[in-house]
Amino acid sequence: MSAAAVRKNAFGAVAEFGSAGELYHAAEKVRDAGYRFWDVHSPFPIHGMNKAMGLKKSPLGYIIFCGGSLGCLTAVLLEFIPSSFLNPLIVHGKPVNFFTVPPFVPIMFELTVLFSAFTAFFGVFVLNRLPRLHHPLFDHEPFLRFSTDGFFLVIESVDPKFSDTETREFLEGIGGKAVAVLYEND
Amino acid sequence: MADTEAKMVPFVERMPRPPLVEKNRSMASVTDLIAGGVERKTPLWWWIAISITGSFAAFGVFCIFYLLFTGVGVWGNNIPVGWAWDITNFVFWIGIGHAGTLISAILLLTRQRWRTAVNRSSEAMTLFAVICAAIFPGVHVGRFWMSWFLAPVPVPNWIWPNFRSALMWDVFAVSTYFTVSVLFWFLGLVPDLATMRDRARSRFAKFCYGVLALGWRGGNRHWRHYEMAYLILAGISTPLVLSVHSTVSFDFATSILPAWHTTIFPPYFVAGAIFGGFAMVLTLLIPARALYKLHDIITWNHIDVMCKIILVTGSIVGYAYIMEFFVAYYGGNPFERFAFLNRYFGPYWWASWTMFTCNVLMPQLFWVRAFRRNIWTVYFVSMCANAGMWFERFVIFVIALHRDFLPSAWRMYYPTWVDVFTFIGSHGIFITLFLLFIRFLPMVAISEVKSVLPEADPHHRPHPPSIGSGESMEEARA
Repeated sequence: MSAAAVRKNAFGAVAEFGSAGELYHAAEKVRDAGYRFWDVHSPFPIHGMNKAMGLKKSPLGYIIFCGGSLGCLTAVLLEFIPSSFLNPLIVHGKPVNFFTVPPFVPIMFELTVLFSAFTAFFGVFVLNRLPRLHHPLFDHEPFLRFSTDGFFLVIESVDPKFSDTETREFLEGIGGKAVAVLYEND
Repeated sequence: MADTEAKMVPFVERMPRPPLVEKNRSMASVTDLIAGGVERKTPLWWWIAISITGSFAAFGVFCIFYLLFTGVGVWGNNIPVGWAWDITNFVFWIGIGHAGTLISAILLLTRQRWRTAVNRSSEAMTLFAVICAAIFPGVHVGRFWMSWFLAPVPVPNWIWPNFRSALMWDVFAVSTYFTVSVLFWFLGLVPDLATMRDRARSRFAKFCYGVLALGWRGGNRHWRHYEMAYLILAGISTPLVLSVHSTVSFDFATSILPAWHTTIFPPYFVAGAIFGGFAMVLTLLIPARALYKLHDIITWNHIDVMCKIILVTGSIVGYAYIMEFFVAYYGGNPFERFAFLNRYFGPYWWASWTMFTCNVLMPQLFWVRAFRRNIWTVYFVSMCANAGMWFERFVIFVIALHRDFLPSAWRMYYPTWVDVFTFIGSHGIFITLFLLFIRFLPMVAISEVKSVLPEADPHHRPHPPSIGSGESMEEARA
């Protein structure tokens, strides 16, 4: 990087690793060094990486449970309000009241599944702050190999422990190759 | 000494499973193989294929418009056969979709890692099959523009759907099934769209794949939520896929018609759907595998496993056929007994015996390993199963309807040319959509295949892959 570039705001430091295993062990070291705003990028989810990074289980499951419950409730109201009050339809001579629940169950099931699926799908993107059209990492040409066979570790400059020089040395010390500090608007 | 050393090595390493991806391919070569097939110039075979299937699709659409402008009378449906090829085709196509969801959901939960090679294309097949299925009840309502009456919306004339009707359940089941399948499929596609984006050379391709990839950058903080969503989608799709065909079977099982009014229908329909679905997966993937040279990814082991599933589900279906026949005899209901005698020995005997031969007898070939590993026998049995499953629905619906209780109400059913060409047209639509899919999107889940490579395991002891690694890779990176 030229001297002029250093004066700009750094986005973070990126290092490349040779394999999923190397990235895994590097992540353990970054975790132990006490960094907080960092991530590893890989072409596929690496088994056990959450533990290596010190991350907890995704909370998405609880959110989806709420979404599914809302779906079930929607179906209950959608079925019982019209069938009991707005347009009580007598079929097979059976009454429409709370005790004739079984024939209403399939639609409750379907809407539970439908709402859960929507919550799961949109939940991923909301929790991940996606979609976004651009990200400073995409300016770093070698990073684009993350989706093929590249394994990258990125420490962001917002991390309190971040420093242009020390973080770079730290990443080189834990085996990172082609370590680079990225600058915004590069 | 050697004995103790052997004991130190874990069992899995002494007796390794056959590799899921053959020839020890590296991650880069897996990406090149799958994404490269999409990126290269459109091959001639693709143009030829799509012009044929597109023509059939266009004629099918013409038949649909002819029906909409003229009326349902252009079909051969009559009284008492009020449901004929339309419901047959509907159930046929819906059933085909089930293999895709089984592969993507149930096999994920049961950790069948071979699914990664075939899940993307079979999920796509699911979507296209459900689209084809939705056409038939959609146009059979006659006044197509009134089909919104199915939706529970407040309207001035205060008509609400009957939520206790099996047909209404079906509307919800099929529309939920389609929506969930789309979401599941697209979620799986996002990391691969990012791969396509990062490899794209033209600005236009980069823009299109970039928009669809939603800015995916493969961070583990993202994968964490992604994997949870994927797991839960699999979890909820599992009961969903079992429920959809059960609900479809309720359309018949909740009626009082002999041969429809049976409790065996839900499991029997689901087994048949998986059977027919896997047959269609093989029908599509065997040519696609050869055309895209994916032999290392969709290997003989994959085909072998799918053949075994066809054998199992085909045998379950055979059990159901025989058990239905037995219950008709043992139940002592004369109408039921007649319905089954009429099925196998009545005027449509040929349809029933075609069904029985194609669905029960032909898959038994797969007991022999050599037949599971021969492309021609595999393809032949798959085609038999495709035809057999269509005949199964014809047998269940048309034969049961054409002779019910009163002989004075009996009538034969004959299809018209509109019936025939709408059905052929639906195949045209199906294969056209599949051709578009394999042309523009990666037909194998690249990121998922990589995750089952040995070196994807962070605790794997590395040994260099033999293809696409070594000197040339180092040079490429330098």
